Amino acid sequence: MSGAGDGNGGSRVLPQAAPQREEVPSWRLLVTLGSTGAIAGLLLVFVYQATQPAIQAYRAMVLRQAVQEVLKGPERWDTLYVVDGGLVQELPAETDPAGLEMVFLGYHEDGQPIGFAITGGEFGFQDIIDLIFGYDPGTKTVTGMKVLANKETPGLGDKIEKDSVFVAEFDGSETPLVGVKSGRATGAANEVDMITGATISSRAVIAIINHRLELLGPMIAAYLEEAN
Amino acid sequence: MGDLAWIFISAMVVNNFTLAYFLGLCPFMGVSGKIYTALRMGAANIFVLTVASVCAWFLDTFVLPYAPFLKLISFILVIASAVQITEMTIKKLSPALFRALGIYLPLITTNCAILFMAWVQANRGYSFLQGLAFAWGAGAGLTLALVLMASIREDLEFVKLPAIARGNAIVFIIAGILSLAFMGFAGLFTS
Amino acid sequence: MPRQTTPGQDLTRGIWRENPVLIQMLGLCPALAVTNTVVNSIAMGLATFFVLLCSSILVSTFRKLIPSEVRISTYILIIATFVTIADMTLEAVVPEVHKALGAFIALIVVNCMILGRQEAFASKNTVPRAIIDAVGTGIGFIIALLMMGSIREILGYGTFLGFPIFGSNYEPWIVFILPPGGFFTIGFILLALNWWERRKLERARAGEPPAGAAVERAA
Repeated sequence: MSGAGDGNGGSRVLPQAAPQREEVPSWRLLVTLGSTGAIAGLLLVFVYQATQPAIQAYRAMVLRQAVQEVLKGPERWDTLYVVDGGLVQELPAETDPAGLEMVFLGYHEDGQPIGFAITGGEFGFQDIIDLIFGYDPGTKTVTGMKVLANKETPGLGDKIEKDSVFVAEFDGSETPLVGVKSGRATGAANEVDMITGATISSRAVIAIINHRLELLGPMIAAYLEEAN
Repeated sequence: MGDLAWIFISAMVVNNFTLAYFLGLCPFMGVSGKIYTALRMGAANIFVLTVASVCAWFLDTFVLPYAPFLKLISFILVIASAVQITEMTIKKLSPALFRALGIYLPLITTNCAILFMAWVQANRGYSFLQGLAFAWGAGAGLTLALVLMASIREDLEFVKLPAIARGNAIVFIIAGILSLAFMGFAGLFTS
Repeated sequence: MPRQTTPGQDLTRGIWRENPVLIQMLGLCPALAVTNTVVNSIAMGLATFFVLLCSSILVSTFRKLIPSEVRISTYILIIATFVTIADMTLEAVVPEVHKALGAFIALIVVNCMILGRQEAFASKNTVPRAIIDAVGTGIGFIIALLMMGSIREILGYGTFLGFPIFGSNYEPWIVFILPPGGFFTIGFILLALNWWERRKLERARAGEPPAGAAVERAA
């Protein structure tokens, strides 16, 4: 058994003074750090290559499910990019698609467009709420809403994601949406019943959709006009 | 502008780094005994956060698009070295400032709040200014939590505590009550 | 004079007597931040265990080659590499858990417990002993996280590993899955540990057998 250890278990992280020893040449320091870095880099490239397909596939699947859900099962969809205040399907040459905003235009089996799936995010009760919603420009109605990420209070605010009654409120609502407290509804087509006890989170969801449509609505109209 | 204010206030109170994300707990437990020490620790934190924010933004914009898998390694190494270099510069240029921040600087480099700030800033794709607002909000939040805790602990010395509650146990329970109080800031920003 | 420890002591030391979270107060940030459910606690515990074990093996293998002037930077490089590997692997294999843990996976790098074990043990001992030490410390960390996670999930959701245990009449204490609950839970665990320690001391002083005493002292 080696007698090297002193089992110095409880000592804290504070760097202890190194024992006095002969000077280590600086090239050795550089070689140590350099080779550690090189090995680390190689290892990471290898793991990155191995895990990237699964990670990308999962992200694509999450997006596919979300678009399917809010557009009620489109046959296929196109990805449109927001460039210079308009929507384009073909990116101009030498434009990096990363970082550009995207909307998704879904089609029926017969090739008729269903509507657009649009993502958005704003501050809710606790932190940013990210969601995706479907929008039918023909009838100016929302076709569905799905919260992608939220940090709202469990059991109260997170009902915006988990409460199926609230989520269903958005199907077929006319825009711009108006939030009403429960029991105050008048039956108008643009009303969304807010969740009792989570008014701020509910209002945030409604505001995200309205704000996104204020920005993207004109672009969508212009795009459809051009396509016809 | 409103955007920057949101980021600042959110990091400072609504999602306070210490009381909502449990970051920087080591100094929170360790140096929150005296208000004066807590203030200096807070100042050193804000300083390091600023350096880290600038470094992280630079790396994320110019280097990491080509090698995303190096994010963590490059963040931690570059932040640590940048702090070390600034520390040496301050020591040379302003010995008074160095004495004020002094021993806290190296301690903070491995503080999880710094790495968290840089990581989240990169993940959310903050611009340079948004990153700075986030860093300062986080720093102000850490300082606020430290000073609040220190003021309570200074008074705690005159209280007769049951023997089993002495030490860390009571500090954690007080932190829990502070954290409850800070939950009241949620919903501060809504459209 | 350095105290010699046996492999058995190396293993059990980290598990209870010098538990990294509950006794040494290291690695508090993950222990509080991601322990709102049992599943998250286990995932965080295992990821940290993996990083600690791999780093200890590597550091102890090359301990004679690493000059002490750059040892901290080298350790951090090694740890950061394994954390990145854990991060990417978790995202590829269990994306939901990865999403729940979020940025706190990256924060394993600055978990002082891991760097502490490299500095205090792995850099001075043979590989087998470093492995035993890492396993002990890692198990201690997982136990502490599981304690936190179980208490918080049972009280906060009324479930354990997702299975309801109180029936439908139970009104969950949501505060326990929120940040204040983390502080309260560890505060009360520490209170209980202090109480237990003091009782043991008092009994030892009174000359009673320390454990298994049949008659509780009437207070």
